[in-house]
Amino acid sequence: MKGYEAVIGLEIHVELKTASKIFCSSSAHFGAEPNANVCPVCLGLPGVLPVLNKRVVEYGIRAALALNCEVARFSKFDRKNYYYPDLPKNYQISQYDLPLAQHGYLEIDTGNGRKRIGITRVHMEEDAGKLVHQGTVTTTPYSLVDYNRTGVPLLEIVSEPDMRSPEEARAYAEKLRSIIQFTGISDCKMEEGSLRVDANVSVRPAGSQGFGVKTEIKNVNSFRALARALTYEIERQISVLEEGGRIVQETRTWDEGKGVTLPLRSKEEAHDYRYFPEPDLPPLVISREWVEEIRRTLPELPDARRERYMKEYGLPAYDAGVLTTTREMGDYFEACVRLYPRPKTVSNWVMGELARLLNATNTEITASPVKPEQLATLLKLIDDGTISGKIAKTVFEEMFNTGKDPQAVVEEQGLVQISDAAAIKAVVEKVIAANPKVVADFKQGKDKALGFLVGQVMKETRGKANPQLVNQLLKESLE
Amino acid sequence: MDLCFQPAHELGRLLREKKVSAVELTGAVYSRIDAVESRVKAYLLTLKEEALNQARAVDAALAAGEELPPLAGIPLAVKDNICLHGVETTCASKILKGFIPPYDATVIERLKEQRVVFTGKTNMDEFAMGSSTENSGFYPTANPWNLERVPGGSSGGSAAAVAAGEAVLALGSDTGGSIRQPASFCGVVGLKPTYGLVSRYGLVAFASSLDQIGPITRDVRDCALLLNAIAGHDPRDSTSAPQEVPDYTEFLVPHVKGFRIGIPREYVGEGIAPEVRAVLNRVVELLEGMGVQVEETSLPHVRYSLPAYYLIAPAEASSNLARYDGVRYGLRVPAEDVVTMYKKTRSQGFGAEVKRRVMLGTYALSAGYYDAYYLKALKVRTLIRRDFDEAFKRFDLILSPTAPTPAFKIGEKVADPLAMYLSDIFTLAVNLAGVPAISVPGGFAGHLPVGVQFIGPPFAEGQLFRVAYALEQETGLAAKRPAL
Repeated sequence: MKGYEAVIGLEIHVELKTASKIFCSSSAHFGAEPNANVCPVCLGLPGVLPVLNKRVVEYGIRAALALNCEVARFSKFDRKNYYYPDLPKNYQISQYDLPLAQHGYLEIDTGNGRKRIGITRVHMEEDAGKLVHQGTVTTTPYSLVDYNRTGVPLLEIVSEPDMRSPEEARAYAEKLRSIIQFTGISDCKMEEGSLRVDANVSVRPAGSQGFGVKTEIKNVNSFRALARALTYEIERQISVLEEGGRIVQETRTWDEGKGVTLPLRSKEEAHDYRYFPEPDLPPLVISREWVEEIRRTLPELPDARRERYMKEYGLPAYDAGVLTTTREMGDYFEACVRLYPRPKTVSNWVMGELARLLNATNTEITASPVKPEQLATLLKLIDDGTISGKIAKTVFEEMFNTGKDPQAVVEEQGLVQISDAAAIKAVVEKVIAANPKVVADFKQGKDKALGFLVGQVMKETRGKANPQLVNQLLKESLE
Repeated sequence: MDLCFQPAHELGRLLREKKVSAVELTGAVYSRIDAVESRVKAYLLTLKEEALNQARAVDAALAAGEELPPLAGIPLAVKDNICLHGVETTCASKILKGFIPPYDATVIERLKEQRVVFTGKTNMDEFAMGSSTENSGFYPTANPWNLERVPGGSSGGSAAAVAAGEAVLALGSDTGGSIRQPASFCGVVGLKPTYGLVSRYGLVAFASSLDQIGPITRDVRDCALLLNAIAGHDPRDSTSAPQEVPDYTEFLVPHVKGFRIGIPREYVGEGIAPEVRAVLNRVVELLEGMGVQVEETSLPHVRYSLPAYYLIAPAEASSNLARYDGVRYGLRVPAEDVVTMYKKTRSQGFGAEVKRRVMLGTYALSAGYYDAYYLKALKVRTLIRRDFDEAFKRFDLILSPTAPTPAFKIGEKVADPLAMYLSDIFTLAVNLAGVPAISVPGGFAGHLPVGVQFIGPPFAEGQLFRVAYALEQETGLAAKRPAL
């Protein structure tokens, strides 16, 4: 990167979770049998006509407002013409020169503080179907077409070329997902394709204001892949330039396995989409009243919630940021804090143990086997001395695996903390007697020795001894 | 009495008075089809069995004393670009051979509620692109008044079917004159409704911003009755107008005194056959005799109608017809890969005129040409619309010939597309402006019928019917039938 600066812009497609498709009443739900969610309209049979789903516009406005955009009073649909077997009409109904909304932004955290990334436009369009190849697209003897996704509503959100590093691009994409997900209009699941990211990237000499020749990268299937693909592509472009070569404007595809971007099609091979106004749909006139009505129903968004967590709960910025990545995570945290009002402790558990087990088992937080009430109860058991903090982690894992209440786990496994001073005292005496050399070390001022002795006591009690009491009794006995 | 040549309103009365049964009427129409269809070739497909079943059901309902809608039991032919559930719909194109729609067009749904009897699907220029029905992918239709002549187009099959007594009523579609010009050539009444009055759902699109379905009938009253049945808002067509539809038969009064009618000088200049001019002059005399004020006026931009139309319509068509690619339905010419399959299917499936327009439209929309062609055409369209707005401040209606000539000979213009396009010179502007127009028989040129066109402001179909009806009473031409 030495001497160069990257310029990155992202085009993100978000699938809206409306009940029906954008121009017909077929179900828009993911995961049905192939070609189950179709009708003459989304199949583009001769003679059918599109009718705009009002909910799609409402969701689009909701996203636009959450992204600080200006919603157009007058907008229209256009046809984007290209041939592909997954596109039944061989044109896609999209929006070209008068999109739903423009001129927005969102803010990301960078190493140098907050940075505002511009959002050029938000527009509505219909999704295409899916080709099912037998093997790869180049070797398949034939392909099957599934039109379930055809006509599922999409928002395309185009950023300004405001990002300067793969990390910023990733932060933008993740922030955008959070915001959209908070508004409740999309699941934003990259693995199911309900959030798709294409990246435009170019490099230029550091300090220069002009733009280099850009390439577009497709087929990035995770945020990690986005950052990796951009890192690779930036390095590639720099080495081409360093070797005296020129960047070719082209579309490239990310090969996740090989970790490289590969040419897909050049500018010359690019489609001429022959956009023109969709004659089957009248222009869309959006009243200010409707926009304001939708604005009033906007939920609290990630940035506002993060601020609130810092102010109201005294959480560090890092915790507040992580907990507001998804609406569900914040909701879980708040539900737990309501029952156990020590926010930092709850935050540690949610970001630590809970997040670890959810990730390991690929579970959504809404489907967590440990409910917020159960976590709160567990934390109270630590506070009242029933179990130690260390044992609590064991209990939590058991709760996560079985869905049982903490008390039940503690009782079944006999994990109740020993806070009986006499019982601990006996173990302490035994440990002191068995370790004369360590005791001698301690008396010579080696503090570490105390830790070893504590560990021995805990081991003897299978971790159940109250650690404070062990410490206290050991010190008394040794003095 | 020859049932096949009675108007629907008269047949409806006979049915209700049980002087005729629906089965008799349908049987008479099919006898007529048996007698003349081999010469006229109005149909691509007939539905005799289904039609007789529908007729029997109507008779049963009448026998049971049910009150039936005005068009119950009336045989009606459907242009083959309108979808009828379960019946092959090809738009007279080889590329759609075998396509059977799993749905009814909205107009068909409404006519089923009326308990109309569907006789069959009529021939047309492929995808409604043409003015003579010679562009049918299957065979041309002949004009019942002279079998060596064209019936006009693109709704030539529907107009010929009504004229030949092979149907009582017919549906056509009009994108640039495709109802009115064949109505003129075949001596019947044809209406292009205001854009948005009749649902386009189930009409296979040619040029979406211009297409309208409309009636082709034996007389003006039938035209009003059929429009009553098919007009009105449809939530499945976003371009359909959300407004109340009157009973159009209430406008059928023979009083037109004080009506102001303008004749645009652009429509009576060069290029009009003398016999057509003579018919127009005679019509003006008749109207003036009824107390109508007829004056010359001007629509300064209509002379750009043809170039504007031949950019807008092909542009939309190039996109609308993109779906015929062999992937899902209709013709597929197999090939080693999908792109080759597309090319072979479309090369073999489409006829020359369709290919010409798809190429024109693709070109007009291409990067670098859009502003010069398509966008410019849209601007011209706006100017034409304003011309009509201005004219209707001074006139109730506008009058013109429907077509510059009577029916021409089969083969006469096939080698010269531009000459063929000029056949619609008086009808194109109406579609560009979105206004309604009716073609009604005005007289004869020898043995060939000649129609005149009344154009009205948006949603003034009632006024069109009123004047057309009054004229029809004067000319008595509704009773004329070809000696076939």
